Amino acid sequence: MTETPHTLSDEIVLEARGITKQFPGVLANDNINFDLRKGEIHALLGENGAGKSTLMNLIYGLHNPDKGEIFVNGKPAVINSPNDSIKLGIGMVHQHFMLIPVFTVAENIMLGDETVKNGMLDQKTVAAKITDLSSQYGLEVDPTSLVGQLPVGTQQRVEIVKTLYRDAKIVILDEPTAVLTPQEADDLFRIMRDLTARGVSIIFITHKLKEVLAIADRITVMRAGKTVGTVLPKNTTSEKLATMMVGREVNLVIIKKQAVPKEAMLTVKDLHVDDVRDYPAVRGVSFEVRAGEVLGIAGVQGNGQTELAEALSGLRATKKGHVTLADKDITGKTPRVITEAGLANIPEDRQRHGLVLSYSISDNMALCDYYHEPFSKHGVLQPKALDENARKLISAFDVRTPSSFVSAGKLSGGNQQKVIVARELSRSVKLVIASQPTRGLDVGSIEYIHGEIIKMRDRDVAVLLISAELDEILALSDRIAVMYRGQIVTIVDAKKATREQLGLWMAGAHVQAA
Amino acid sequence: MQSEKQSISRGKKILQSILDATLVPFLAIFTAVVIGGVIIKMVGGNPFEAYMGLIEGSLGSKKALSETAIWATPYIFAGLAVALGFKGGLFNIGAEGQLAVGAVFSALIGYALPQWLGYDLPAIVHIPLAVLFGMLMGGLWAGIVGALKAYTGGHEVINTIMMNYIALNTTSFLLNGIMKDPSPTNVIARTPLIAESARIPPIFDGLRVHWGFVLALLIAFLVWWVLNKTTLGFEIRTVGLNPDAAKYAGINVKRTIILTMALSGMLAGLAGSIEVTGLNYRHELGFSIGYGYDAIAIALLGKSHPLGVVLAAFLFAAMRNGATRMQFLTQLPVDLISMLQALILLFVAADAIVRYIYRIKSRGERVVLTRGWGG
Repeated sequence: MTETPHTLSDEIVLEARGITKQFPGVLANDNINFDLRKGEIHALLGENGAGKSTLMNLIYGLHNPDKGEIFVNGKPAVINSPNDSIKLGIGMVHQHFMLIPVFTVAENIMLGDETVKNGMLDQKTVAAKITDLSSQYGLEVDPTSLVGQLPVGTQQRVEIVKTLYRDAKIVILDEPTAVLTPQEADDLFRIMRDLTARGVSIIFITHKLKEVLAIADRITVMRAGKTVGTVLPKNTTSEKLATMMVGREVNLVIIKKQAVPKEAMLTVKDLHVDDVRDYPAVRGVSFEVRAGEVLGIAGVQGNGQTELAEALSGLRATKKGHVTLADKDITGKTPRVITEAGLANIPEDRQRHGLVLSYSISDNMALCDYYHEPFSKHGVLQPKALDENARKLISAFDVRTPSSFVSAGKLSGGNQQKVIVARELSRSVKLVIASQPTRGLDVGSIEYIHGEIIKMRDRDVAVLLISAELDEILALSDRIAVMYRGQIVTIVDAKKATREQLGLWMAGAHVQAA
Repeated sequence: MQSEKQSISRGKKILQSILDATLVPFLAIFTAVVIGGVIIKMVGGNPFEAYMGLIEGSLGSKKALSETAIWATPYIFAGLAVALGFKGGLFNIGAEGQLAVGAVFSALIGYALPQWLGYDLPAIVHIPLAVLFGMLMGGLWAGIVGALKAYTGGHEVINTIMMNYIALNTTSFLLNGIMKDPSPTNVIARTPLIAESARIPPIFDGLRVHWGFVLALLIAFLVWWVLNKTTLGFEIRTVGLNPDAAKYAGINVKRTIILTMALSGMLAGLAGSIEVTGLNYRHELGFSIGYGYDAIAIALLGKSHPLGVVLAAFLFAAMRNGATRMQFLTQLPVDLISMLQALILLFVAADAIVRYIYRIKSRGERVVLTRGWGG
């Protein structure tokens, strides 16, 4: 990003003064001051629950502040609903898109602000205006395609065009990169730069340090409902930002001993797996993971990693090939058989697979072995044993919760993941499959979960790590396999791997014969 | 110290959850009663007299109480059937058909078994045989729908409705044909009377309330215990709340769906069996005036909790039973009761209305009634 250090405008387009918002039990925003200048990208950085989203929801009119004032272009603004903020030229792109999949791009963009001619929707005028906006800001979207058929990155572009269509001059992006591939994220950054060059101001909410340093003009860090400070990227580092976010020093680099790999624990031979629509997703994959090592699988999302993990854990049918775990053939076996053979599975989608959100932490902590003693005897659950187990794991794995009876759905994302990690890693296992183990988590939780994974490795457990975050793969793995279009392109020693080379392989570059 | 704190928070949590669970149904009933009163007034009646008649008719005497309990018995069984389905993420609309299947087979064992065997059975053998057979056939009937869901993805709402048609029309065919009471004076589609040895005795002399009512209460407790205290219940609830997580946890989801449906059908079958063996002593076409459909309302009003189901069943039973007295006293039509029930159900199902009227904040997750519709 050569253009990053451009001169900041002095014109303040948005200012929040002394914003305070109390939710039952939480002071979500405590006397927050924040300002946004014309044409700048102002990053709002903080862990989950720091109050970033609350502040933005107040500015966007989804909540009303208890105290404090908001100024737009120097004038005090009354924002009681998103309609008010849209009229003031504020647009927001939510983390979870507010699009209707069966509608076209044009229909989605005009939704709520429809152009009508003779009582009919005027698709042509809208499409023309969208095409206009697209070329003006370098945001290519086809107004006639169905949103549900577009890749995630393009859907996000539709959301951005939607705000511009409503003449937004201030755009709030809430965790925009959480759902994107690295390439899509780069695209987004380019778009953000184009927008600011044309006078749009952007508030960029994130918890990713690298992104902030790469794209932001100014960075405001929030912690526990307060602003910790506002800094310029050139005056700070990842470490300093992490310390500001968490309130203590954080190890961004994982300290680990040299791995001592033992016998092969998981052996996969010529595995073929189909995806949900019965198209081949994994096409002839072979590898092994040895006891005491971490094998990382790098790859852009959607290259068969999800299907691979699901097939290995018994959640998806195998079409062809063989899988053995500790000399037992587990090809096509049920999840229970594979779990009992020694698998700990940290699933990719923790709320869909990993937890029953309305169950208590106690019940979730025993989700995979509730039927065993001591958790049940003769088919009857033993609440005491369930509770004891939960309390032990809550303290051992540092789950932040008032009690073990709290339902899992009430925990933050980081603590939900800790419940899963605690449950899976506390069993005596031979193999850990960790899929996107830190997706969407804050720095503190990531540090913790990475430490636990390395601990398992050092206890001679085989670890298969699947992650879309290249940094995570590089930090934890002893060997790295790169997956592209359902096949393993190559497996390399992690010490000899470079980001650049892996990135090329992930994008489909051929491996040179050594 | 720690444990004390936890037990306090647990006690508080249980109290809170009881409050949360009962508040909306209670206010729904209250609102329905008020609106019902206004409507009675509008059609020229006296709402206080009407409601007094309702209470007198349902609770005012030993006989009234006994009759209310008799109404409540099939409501409890069928309500439990639907509630158990809800807990397992299944919407069993087929209680009406399963109930008919249970009634037919209990009646068959009740009147035909001694003839087949050629000798009389003692009551201690004959009653359980008749009841269990009806119950199992109800379970089998519903289990078919469970298997269709598990193996083909066919939605249980459609299939239970279809199975209702098959069950009710087959029953009609049998009661008009080979199972028809052969006595020369009979023109009604009904079975012969079951043997004395297959009849569940009344609890008190001179009152019709029978031990089947006590069984209903015991079964309600059993359902609660199985759902909340056993591994089977854990599996049923997990599949109901999150089938993906259930699969991940190693639970056999297909088997659990079939089992849940079969257990639900067994409870509905019991409703029919007990009506035959405890009250009517035969199966007659059209004896069930919509128990299976009222059961859905009862399960919803009872928030699918067995105790809630028992209470809701009593309310519905009292309204049905008291209606005659109300009509006698005020000349208001019995149909008013159906309207009251519909209002209660409306407010329970659309609880947002009640929450809005009484400014109650929503808490916790919504009940999952059914899933996978068209998906």
